[in-house]
Amino acid sequence: MNAVVWRKYLSWSVAGIAIWWLVYRSLASVAAWFTYTLLGMEHGSQPAAAVEFFIYEAPKVLMLLILVVFGVGIIRSFFTPERTRRILSGKREFTGNVLAALLGIVTPFCSCSAVPLFIGFVTTGVPLGVTISFLVSSPMVNEVALVLLFGLFGWKVAAIYLVTGVVIAIASGWIIGRLRLEKHVEDWVYKTQTGNAVPEAELEWPARIRLGLDAVKDIVGRVWIYVLIGIGIGAGIHGYVPQNFMASIMGRTWWSVPLAVLIGVPMYSNAAGIIPIVQALLGKGAALGTVLAFMMAVIGLSLPEAIILRKVLKPKLLAVFFAVVALGIMFVGYLFNLIM
Amino acid sequence: MKKIQILGTGCPKCKKFVQHAEEAVKELGLDAEIEKVTQINDIMKFGVMMTPALAVDGAVKSVGKVLSVEEIKGLLK
Repeated sequence: MNAVVWRKYLSWSVAGIAIWWLVYRSLASVAAWFTYTLLGMEHGSQPAAAVEFFIYEAPKVLMLLILVVFGVGIIRSFFTPERTRRILSGKREFTGNVLAALLGIVTPFCSCSAVPLFIGFVTTGVPLGVTISFLVSSPMVNEVALVLLFGLFGWKVAAIYLVTGVVIAIASGWIIGRLRLEKHVEDWVYKTQTGNAVPEAELEWPARIRLGLDAVKDIVGRVWIYVLIGIGIGAGIHGYVPQNFMASIMGRTWWSVPLAVLIGVPMYSNAAGIIPIVQALLGKGAALGTVLAFMMAVIGLSLPEAIILRKVLKPKLLAVFFAVVALGIMFVGYLFNLIM
Repeated sequence: MKKIQILGTGCPKCKKFVQHAEEAVKELGLDAEIEKVTQINDIMKFGVMMTPALAVDGAVKSVGKVLSVEEIKGLLK
């Protein structure tokens, strides 16, 4: 690409980020002005707190979402499944599991492609356990969930979610690799003839930026309504609902974490759809670890995913897969109920 | 005659892709045959790991996303 085009892209990007930052910084004062000056609501009253919360949080979280989804879209343009497979092929256990869990975050993936991806990986020398690490981290560590957790609960909760999600993916894949369950992969899988990988075209920056914008249009277009509902619920709790209502059910009793996982696994929702529920549960006094476990169970494991994976995994391996991941999620739940 | 193959195991995205391909062929007035490749073994022979994918005359042109009618027309010209 020539220097003029580069300069154009660079100046547009700098201007875009500067405007984004200015708007983002002024959201709090705009929300306060809107609530107290324009609507003339009373300082310190509950409805005013709810309105101010919503007017501040809704654009804030949507702006964060747009920025992060755009960024992740561009990062993903560098990581095709083919490239990920090349990196993972023939890797040792553990190193391979760690890499797979990390690549699972940045490689574009949709659960409808789980079967071709699984076959494409295991027939070209990616160990079974390493493939499982990828399959666990890919849906579970989700950029939309990450942004929402950051926006609504702060960076600590977001970081906990990110780190524990990666650790569960590494551990589950490593354990399944150690258990030597290759014979519980459906027999036809290893006999499948996998064609040569599709040749990759090296993308130019305009194409990558296009992909980032496409991701924003696709993902933000799909989830904005859940985000607003989640923040709406958050605002309601912020102003009104008394705390500790749910504490007895999803609190710190020993059975609350397994129960949350048990309820969560069969449920299927995208990461954004689950956030309103998370928000409501936390606001009503449910413990953070329990709620985090519930959320991970819903987005990381699901019945439709089990049905898709049943095509390539025999029942025993499928059961081990779900059991190991569910145990990992429960462990995270207990851990955070203990330390938070 | 061109041979257009849509690779995918039958998810909603794949069906949309087939519709777009049919429209693209009609708008270009091409003499082309559209085939749906739904068997996983056949899909793997193309080396494709993300569906839906599009192959023209046996060569994979796009993977992992539903192309618009305009994008398909661009690939067929």
